[in-house]
Amino acid sequence: MQGELIKRACELLEDGTVNRVLGWQKGQFVYDITPAVFTSVEDVKEHFVYNDFCADNLSKYLIKESEKEGKVLVFLKPCDTYSFNQLQTEYKIKRENVYIIGIESYGKVDVEKLRQRGIEGITDIENVNGTLKVSTIYGEEQVPAYEVMLNRCLTCKSKKHVVYDELVGEDGEVVADSGRFDMVEKLEKMTAEERFNFWRGELSRCIRCNACRNVCPACTCEKCVFDNPNSGTQNRGARDSFEENMFHIIRAYHVAGRCTDCGECSRVCPENIPLHLLNRKFIRDINEFYGEFQAGEEVGQMSPVAAYTEHNDVEPSIVQKGGAE
Amino acid sequence: MIYQAALADLDQILSLINGAEKVYIPAETAQGEANFTEYKPGLKLSTKLNTLRSAKDFFFPQIQPLAKFRREGKKIEIIDHRKESEDFVIFGARACDVRSFKVLDNVFLADPVDTNYQTRREHATVVTLACTRPAETCFCGSFDIDAAKPADGDARAWITGDSFYIEPLTEKGEKLVGYAKDVLKEGGEDKVEEQVEKTRTILAKLPLAELKPVDNREKELELFNSPKWAELSSHCLGCGACTFVCPTCQCFDINDFDSGHGIERYRCWDSCMYNDFTLMAAGTPRLTQKERFRQRFMHKLVYYPIKNDGMYSCVGCGRCLKKCPIQMNIVKVMKTLEEDA
Amino acid sequence: MVREELIPQLGVVIDIRQDTPDVKTFRVVGLDGKKLFEHIPGQCAMLSIPGIGEGMFSITSSPTNTEYMEFSIKKCGCLTSWLHAMDVGQEICVRGPYGNGFPVEGFFKGKDLLFIAGGIGLAPLRSVINYCRDNRENYGQINVLYGSRSKDDLVDYQEILNEWMDCPNTNIYLTIDREQEGWDGHVGFVPNYVTELNFPTTLVPIICGPPIMIHFTLEGLKKLGFKEEQVWTTMEMRMKCGIGKCGRCNIGNQYVCKDGPVFSFDQLNKLPPEY
Repeated sequence: MQGELIKRACELLEDGTVNRVLGWQKGQFVYDITPAVFTSVEDVKEHFVYNDFCADNLSKYLIKESEKEGKVLVFLKPCDTYSFNQLQTEYKIKRENVYIIGIESYGKVDVEKLRQRGIEGITDIENVNGTLKVSTIYGEEQVPAYEVMLNRCLTCKSKKHVVYDELVGEDGEVVADSGRFDMVEKLEKMTAEERFNFWRGELSRCIRCNACRNVCPACTCEKCVFDNPNSGTQNRGARDSFEENMFHIIRAYHVAGRCTDCGECSRVCPENIPLHLLNRKFIRDINEFYGEFQAGEEVGQMSPVAAYTEHNDVEPSIVQKGGAE
Repeated sequence: MIYQAALADLDQILSLINGAEKVYIPAETAQGEANFTEYKPGLKLSTKLNTLRSAKDFFFPQIQPLAKFRREGKKIEIIDHRKESEDFVIFGARACDVRSFKVLDNVFLADPVDTNYQTRREHATVVTLACTRPAETCFCGSFDIDAAKPADGDARAWITGDSFYIEPLTEKGEKLVGYAKDVLKEGGEDKVEEQVEKTRTILAKLPLAELKPVDNREKELELFNSPKWAELSSHCLGCGACTFVCPTCQCFDINDFDSGHGIERYRCWDSCMYNDFTLMAAGTPRLTQKERFRQRFMHKLVYYPIKNDGMYSCVGCGRCLKKCPIQMNIVKVMKTLEEDA
Repeated sequence: MVREELIPQLGVVIDIRQDTPDVKTFRVVGLDGKKLFEHIPGQCAMLSIPGIGEGMFSITSSPTNTEYMEFSIKKCGCLTSWLHAMDVGQEICVRGPYGNGFPVEGFFKGKDLLFIAGGIGLAPLRSVINYCRDNRENYGQINVLYGSRSKDDLVDYQEILNEWMDCPNTNIYLTIDREQEGWDGHVGFVPNYVTELNFPTTLVPIICGPPIMIHFTLEGLKKLGFKEEQVWTTMEMRMKCGIGKCGRCNIGNQYVCKDGPVFSFDQLNKLPPEY
């Protein structure tokens, strides 16, 4: 597939449809891919890469890129297209400055999961029909790719591209039984105390590096309240467990109804905190209270939590102290 | 003098040390990573290469209370609640992390001394565990750190097959070995040397083995003005993941926390990657992510060495290679800048 | 345990003077009524009110003052607003002194000096000027060129009129940006006034003020033939620790709080231009 993407990128650069390409750049190793903007055919041919490790959701970069002069080509995986639409809905992306090639994706590999199996010293990884052949300085290993996929890919909600100018590969379908709410259900079934303990166990590891916030395509405030010295809530490190929790709870509230469940927050967390579960709880509640809603499915759709209707307001009767026990 | 024991006796050794001082060892977490954990009999030393969080936490914790205040009307009371640290043992830190203590010493122990750091540092005994299975992300050798036979720490230890070896390097190290003298026997030099050679062979084969920092102390301004920074930093998210997992990053913030029962002044980790790090009422001298990104790497590779006799503020632990959300890291920066040199 | 530099001492505000509409000068002593610590002109101290904030301020009184320290502070943020609202008798946390200070016993000694200040920029220089006045025999001619937006914004105006003007071998040049009723002095911007006065290059200029003023004043001085190594300034950067550790005020290999804030322009030129 990489060859095809490079070919199309070069063609679109050459015929002047776009003046630059937002994609992924090779790193030191097979897996340490960095998002990059390419401005020439030579640049694309030499450095562009597309493989099992191109996990970054490039939509977030379009907030800045689409402001610039000329059209930019971007490659979006199905999940990334939802973020794109949502950002367009929020007037954060100039659609006319973007040319989208939708690319099929069957899930990306989490190199940390390879490491957790004790595979260290990785020098190369090759995907042969769904099996990863991992070369290391200690020998060869073989691992089925699906066993070491990113968690978010294991519960993929959709293989369908909701926006594109052209496609490379097949367009897929929305996944009906993704199982993405299984863990949320499990959490809901816990007692308030068990649930609190679960989240304390997770959030107490937070180092407040802000990676989740900064990578999030829904976190687009120019000045976050947690960075603003005049907000009264500026906070560089959590002083107690309350503050530790609040950062994530407030963030989850702020993106509720706008989060497309792209899973970038959990992917980048250096402490492996399953932050996406907070967002999924909101998504599930929105689905339950207001009917099925998928942020980013269409451009211009109104989030149910932003659409106040006087008589159908569900909150007062449902929200109880200590959660829905 | 090297001492040896069966690996099966390591728990007993730790237990004996623990009888005298608190011991922290890398142990596996529920998430399958390793982190320093207070030793309790039976707690297993992780076989993972390194801990997720660096060992700097012991001396420079993320949150460090400085003093308490009470304010009533025009009166202020300052409560200095510092305490002398108790003796404790860091058992099984890797050579990279133990070298990072020296990097931090140059900052925190420089005049005027940081007393909170100093008391922990003075009361700590550090046992450096030699590496036997380095990862592709390791490049401690670039900074003249020998992971096979660590030079830093109060004692160095090796685990090979079913044996455990320990060699005290300082008085504190001798004292620590003394706690477990009933279990430890003298000897094992040959076996240790054999392992050291084996590990060195692996270290030489690592993909980053050839990476060597360039002494750019004379080229401060030239590197500062390099056009490469724009591209290197172009996709940096401006988060602080690299700085917080880094064993040598030492920027901090000082803030007051009003709990309602008094005010606590504390310091916490901060990051030069953040956009408000240098923000003043009059604006900030580092306007874009390019300046912030440049600051971090210039500091590690140029500014810090100028101030500290050529010592770099990187120990090649590889954490940033694993944890940066966009996989931009000091190795890429070093290589890119080298192309210029 | 030994004293921790980050833990402040307690002081008390014994006098508050309204200098300009947005600048007040605070007089501080220790709880025992004595001066908290000695300092070199140009050094700073961290002032804080617990729960409100902590900030680095220039010590504006001269070390020759044996009774108290003064801080001239412009109201511009959370902490400074609080300080402006407080009354005499308020206790305050102080730590310091920080920084290198001006080379009053080195480079400046025996030289003819030219102080150039804009607005609140006079505050850090006041300490030096008064130090030189109190040790008058150690310095040559003293020139002070001071400008502000208006007459009301001239900091220490009374001290300038009543004390500085009477000092031997001292010239005071005042200017304001725009014409104002009751002002018969010079009108115009500081950098222009500097070139108009055509100072001899034997002087040692010491500049402090807004960045833009410093920039154009330096340009003007260079046109007059001044060399960068003879021109001095004092820098402002965000600071938290004051002891060269927290990383904020780092410019190249220098920490402004510890290695600065006083630099000559040729020292600054060797640093990355990130200030």
